[in-house]
Amino acid sequence: MSGHAVGERVEPERSALRQRLSALDTKISPYLYISPFFILFFLVGLFPLVYTFWVSMHNWNLIGGKGKFVGFDNYTHVLKQEQFWTGLRNTFSIFLLSGVTQTLAALILAALLNQNIRAKTFWRMGVLLPYVVAPVAVGVIFSKMFADQSGLINSLLGAIGIDPITWHASVLPSHIAIATMVNFRWTGYVTLIFLAAMQAIPREVYEAAMLDGASRMRQFVSITIPMLRPTIIFVIITATIGGLQIFDEPRVFDQTGQGGADRQWMTITMYIYELGWGSQKSFGRAAAVSWILFLIIILVGILNFLLTRRIASSDSRRSRKKAKA
Amino acid sequence: MTTSPGTTALAGRGAARFEARRNKRIKAADSAGWITYAVLGTVLALSAYPLYYSFLLGSSDARTIARNPVPSLIPQGNFITNATRVISSDIHFWQAVLNSVIVAVITSLSVVFFSTLAGYAFSKLRFRGRGPLLVFVVATMAVPVQLSVVPMFIVMSKLGWTGRLEAVIVPGLVTAFGVFWMTQYLETALPFELIESARVDGCSMIRTFWHIALPAARPAASMLGLFTFIGSWTSFFWPFIVLGSARPTLPVSIQLLQASYFKDYSLILAGVTLAALPLIVVFAFAGRQLVAGVMAGAVKG
Repeated sequence: MSGHAVGERVEPERSALRQRLSALDTKISPYLYISPFFILFFLVGLFPLVYTFWVSMHNWNLIGGKGKFVGFDNYTHVLKQEQFWTGLRNTFSIFLLSGVTQTLAALILAALLNQNIRAKTFWRMGVLLPYVVAPVAVGVIFSKMFADQSGLINSLLGAIGIDPITWHASVLPSHIAIATMVNFRWTGYVTLIFLAAMQAIPREVYEAAMLDGASRMRQFVSITIPMLRPTIIFVIITATIGGLQIFDEPRVFDQTGQGGADRQWMTITMYIYELGWGSQKSFGRAAAVSWILFLIIILVGILNFLLTRRIASSDSRRSRKKAKA
Repeated sequence: MTTSPGTTALAGRGAARFEARRNKRIKAADSAGWITYAVLGTVLALSAYPLYYSFLLGSSDARTIARNPVPSLIPQGNFITNATRVISSDIHFWQAVLNSVIVAVITSLSVVFFSTLAGYAFSKLRFRGRGPLLVFVVATMAVPVQLSVVPMFIVMSKLGWTGRLEAVIVPGLVTAFGVFWMTQYLETALPFELIESARVDGCSMIRTFWHIALPAARPAASMLGLFTFIGSWTSFFWPFIVLGSARPTLPVSIQLLQASYFKDYSLILAGVTLAALPLIVVFAFAGRQLVAGVMAGAVKG
């Protein structure tokens, strides 16, 4: 970034030089301005990604460092581990439970907020409040609320005659509890994203529909949802990338952070941590699982994109164009 | 879960239906009925209660918590005592606060500066490769960087940065989201004429940026700073791995607290409440801007 001030306040007789410097300044500056991002991205984004692949091809220990080249041995090894598949199941289960509920709830909430309501800002701030709480804090609070014995949720359930649920000991309940934490933190955020997109839909479209006698429900399904298509895709893709890497909430769902006695809520990222920094200290295997998860995320992302496009594009291209504008 | 049967119970179904019909006639068709407020009220209660629950348990004691799974809505008086015990415990609370502040402040300032710089170039300067490079920036947002922990850790060990704040600060100095955000904003907020007149007056490129673009970018830049601050303050995975208990940030120390105090949730949740408090205060003052920020980002997203 230095070298720009050179061209300033020079004597008139050196104006040729000055002009040349100024031209150089114009030419080079843009690249200088964008370079910090690209340098950093190559250092902490692209290079590590490639390097992960390199590490995954070796016996590589946290303390001992690089060992011998083993090809795809780390991959075949982890793919044979029961824990890997448990982790994959848990990750997907938690992701689906949180992703689907959150998107649907946010759509409904956004539709409610999009009405002519009093104290708009108050309600909007209200739904966004959980966003400023750290996921670990949310995790610790909810792990107590969802305690198997003498927990708040079980007591409330008991009050309406439902037997206590073993939120930590059982598979699906633990996933529901963790999905609840994710939803707690993100539903409001996603709601506001949808709300903003809804407000961008021109009012005349609804007025025309109303003249045709379309009910509110009908308007929501036939106008709002198709018009929100790009936003829904954006939200789902973002949720996929984040959701499949979930770590914080399940890590603090109990004190030991192993994902439960039977690994019933251990996610893939927790498995990566355990392989690399747990008892095995095998960076090679941790890197192999990282790469597998990377490929899974890309696959699911593409799948989501195609699916969402299919579902929401029942309407014409006209709406897509408008929603994008 | 969502309904509050007030109107129906008191005045019967007919009245509710009548009221709804009347509302429809009086106001535009999108005016909200009581169901909307009931649902929104419930959602609000659900978003606030877990935090209040944390405070309630944090101001209680282990025995009371064990006896009453559903805490009384009126807090007990032990919060200060519990908080003091947490602060003076071996999790080095103030050190964690200081670390979090250092990391969050430096990354926010840096992200704002470098993102504005790059956003200015992308939106207002003409140079070869501009289009493809911008597409590249957007595409990198989809790279799950969390998965690079292994090589990142190896690199940080080689640099001798494990257990040091640099390891958390440096990778977060500028983000793709920030660059994209500022590009979008400056595209419309900064007229070309301003830049041209500054250049005609003999301003160098960097002076033009400093005196023209930076002031124009202020509203979006402050929002970006706010979001970066929150992101940094709440991040756990990478600091947990690379800093560990040697030099924790607040989220890491929350985990330490939970791991070391085992069952005494009055202490654990007093600590959690303390750690969550700073951002809740920020939210009280800047919540409006946060809402605007999320919504502004969405339309473009």
